[in-house]
Amino acid sequence: MSKEHLNIDHVSIEFDTPKGKFKALDNVSLKISKGEFVSLIGHSGCGKSTVLNIIAGLLQATEGGIVLDGKEVNEPGPERAVVFQNHSLLPWLTAYENVELAVKQVFKRKKSKKEMREWIEHNLALVHMEHAMHKRPDEISGGMKQRVGIARALAMEPTVLLMDEPFGALDALTRSHLQDSLMEIQRDLKNTVVMITHDVDEAVLLSDRIVMMTNGPAASIGDILEVDLPRPRERLVLADDAHYNHLRAEVLRFLHERHSKPDVPTIGKVQEVEQVGAAEKAEKDNKLDAA
Amino acid sequence: MMARVSQTLENLNWTAPIVRMARGENPREQINVIIRGLGVPILAFILFLGVWDSVASRIQTSLGAVPGPAQVWQQAESLWEEHKAGREKAEAFYERQRVRNEKKLAKNPDAKIKWRDYNGPPSFIDQIVTSLYTVFAGFALAVAIAVPVGIICGLSNTMYTAVNPLIQIFKPVSPLAWLPIVTIIVSAVYVSDDPMFEKSFVTSAITVTLCCMWPTLVNTIVGVSGIDKDLINVSQVLRLSWFTKVRKVVLPSAVPLIFTGMRLSLGVGWMVLIAAEMLAQNPGLGKFVWDEFQNGSSNSLGRIMVAVFTIGLIGFILDRLMLSIQRYVSWDKSSAVR
Repeated sequence: MSKEHLNIDHVSIEFDTPKGKFKALDNVSLKISKGEFVSLIGHSGCGKSTVLNIIAGLLQATEGGIVLDGKEVNEPGPERAVVFQNHSLLPWLTAYENVELAVKQVFKRKKSKKEMREWIEHNLALVHMEHAMHKRPDEISGGMKQRVGIARALAMEPTVLLMDEPFGALDALTRSHLQDSLMEIQRDLKNTVVMITHDVDEAVLLSDRIVMMTNGPAASIGDILEVDLPRPRERLVLADDAHYNHLRAEVLRFLHERHSKPDVPTIGKVQEVEQVGAAEKAEKDNKLDAA
Repeated sequence: MMARVSQTLENLNWTAPIVRMARGENPREQINVIIRGLGVPILAFILFLGVWDSVASRIQTSLGAVPGPAQVWQQAESLWEEHKAGREKAEAFYERQRVRNEKKLAKNPDAKIKWRDYNGPPSFIDQIVTSLYTVFAGFALAVAIAVPVGIICGLSNTMYTAVNPLIQIFKPVSPLAWLPIVTIIVSAVYVSDDPMFEKSFVTSAITVTLCCMWPTLVNTIVGVSGIDKDLINVSQVLRLSWFTKVRKVVLPSAVPLIFTGMRLSLGVGWMVLIAAEMLAQNPGLGKFVWDEFQNGSSNSLGRIMVAVFTIGLIGFILDRLMLSIQRYVSWDKSSAVR
């Protein structure tokens, strides 16, 4: 495992606003190794999406840059496929045609027509959409649309899969189904994944590392939590697992206590959680000091 | 198959209750729907004819009393008769010509044969055809200009800022103001010994273009610039070329609004055409109205009213035609297109 697969190197970004410059991100650095699943978590407006858009090449960093496999990237490309929050399927194309658009573009002259068809069908089958692949987005449910969005991204054979709150707009049950699907796919394909979420359970369940971001303006990385739970992970088994609950509490404590938004009142639940993990927290803080 | 046909018929508003009644869905309710949907408009039309008739007969003009519905209907019939008579004359003319030519050939196989066109006056139907032909030529030219320009302006903010003032200035200009300019420019530029089109046709068509391109242009700009930002991001991630992006993402996304604009454009074009033909002397409905006005016989007012109804009816049919196309190409089936 090379530590230098995806390097987010001292990235800062400023936006021009009528009131002058607005610094959204300040000095964000993160090294991600191949096959790793990293979640970005933080309050809304903290710049998570900005980080993802910079990695995708849709935004340009003011300072610093992104290095993927030793090459600097500063424009979008299919090797960094993005799954958008609201699926972003072309509404006039069927699920199959949406994936086809991507496959035709990425594998132009590399695959024959037959190979392309098989590849499209294979990717739709990966997300369990083979039964509705000739339906248009307005004929399928929100969860199915997001599945097609994932299939489209996977079909580009990306080195890094970028997911911008992929399950944010879905109901809880659909979301857990899709999380299971995603874990299954990740186990088989071993993609590098960077996912934005504000669902603490989702972050702990799916990730190898959770990157917790401080609040903007000038947001940066507040803390990084290693999730060393063994895989494959079962959500029902983990629900009673002490270590899982401890990790969960760590994230919650970061979000609600150390970097709570002034306008968001701290909820009583957090204090209860705090007692569980108090000792570990002290330990962690010591570690950070030492580092 | 039957289910599909009845589904299609159901989509045509007014046939829906009839289809449902045929399927045996609650007949009483369907009859109510029919009365409300068909009965009310018919009643209103009859009322309109009544008012027209009573008012018209009281107004005396230099050409006699203003014709009522009955006289107008009579004129419509006589226009149809004239058309049929003209058609027969033309056929007889061509038949005579054929016989004469055959005789010539029989005498001398190498004889030069001349085919002459029939030069009788155009009938009312011929004038309708000319008008339709002219409006479609002008409309096609307008679409050919407005859609590409609209796409470019919709994609580039700079281009939009540059072009927008021009659109706003030229949009409200009446065809009557354009026509003299167009006439003089066409006379100067369109010079050829054997012109493919009549000058009057070119002038009318270009005037239609100048007046009817604006709705398509504005709607294309709105449609293209209103495209979902995420879809643009998708095309960037896929590294689509500019041309592929326009073809696969931008155009389909803007198609519903482009067709809304085209429908408005065709409506404006048809309205403008009559005025353009009147002044450009293009042998269409506009010229018909003008000639009848100049003619000033006791039948003229009635004949002009036939033309008024024809213009209205054709405008209505063109609008329905565009509406069906608009419904067909719109991918967003949830939005009501009316």
